[in-house]
Amino acid sequence: MFEAIAFYLFAFLTITMFFITVTTSQALYALTALAAGMIFISAFFFILGADFLGAVQIIVYTGAVMALYAFGMMFFDTTREVKEKQGNKYIIIGLSTLAAILVVVIFATPMVSENIVALYPAIEGVGNTQEVGLVLFTKYLVPFEVAAIMLLVAMVAGIVLAGKKMDLSITLMNDEDLEKEKNKKVLS
Amino acid sequence: MMEIGLNHYLVLSTILFAIGLVGVMRRKNLLLLFFATEILLNSVNVAFAAISHYYGDLTGQMFAFFVIAIAASEVAVGLGLLIVWFKRHGSIDLDSLSSMKG
Repeated sequence: MFEAIAFYLFAFLTITMFFITVTTSQALYALTALAAGMIFISAFFFILGADFLGAVQIIVYTGAVMALYAFGMMFFDTTREVKEKQGNKYIIIGLSTLAAILVVVIFATPMVSENIVALYPAIEGVGNTQEVGLVLFTKYLVPFEVAAIMLLVAMVAGIVLAGKKMDLSITLMNDEDLEKEKNKKVLS
Repeated sequence: MMEIGLNHYLVLSTILFAIGLVGVMRRKNLLLLFFATEILLNSVNVAFAAISHYYGDLTGQMFAFFVIAIAASEVAVGLGLLIVWFKRHGSIDLDSLSSMKG
């Protein structure tokens, strides 16, 4: 009963927030609605008993990704209204076809896979975090380490790409220095 | 109606994925295209967690973790590239990316 109420409430809220994200013409509204939608998504994880995943969702998405977007938006001109593409009817037809196929596949999949057995069944008597740790550090240890290296590479790449010319201030430079800097290529 | 099953979550995941697809199709601003990509990744995560719960299997949650890690690194690299592009061209519209005239 309460599960159904929570599911429908958070489903409505999530769909509304993500709909605002893809339709609004203000970049700041889109960012705020996306952050709210991420938190509502974590509610589904808590309903499903995946407590650790819900906590990670809040920490990583609203804590790290949204903060990164918010800082990144300081570089861009976000006060301007976002122009939209003109509606192409072929795109709309393609989208609705794709969505219909997705719905059919989703209803067919549980029937096809009736005989699925759990590969790593949930362990009795321990919490979700402990279960996740037991599986992650035995069976999925190598992908875990590879993901750690990938995050390190992404961090270095982000610093190298965004940190170029960070020591120069456009407002404090005089005009001829600014012209000289503008003639240099940023990437070279 | 009152019993929430796997199909409820899968239908919700489809709806969110369709919303993300609409965002990818109709957005011109690259930053908002990134937002739509985040929606796509999150809708898949909901489906993973639901399947993991209803089949009593932890593999779905594991893959959701890796999807979150991939999304975080995608944002870091993508925003870096976007900042470099904005410094060179002063615009992050998709139209300014058509220098190869494809």
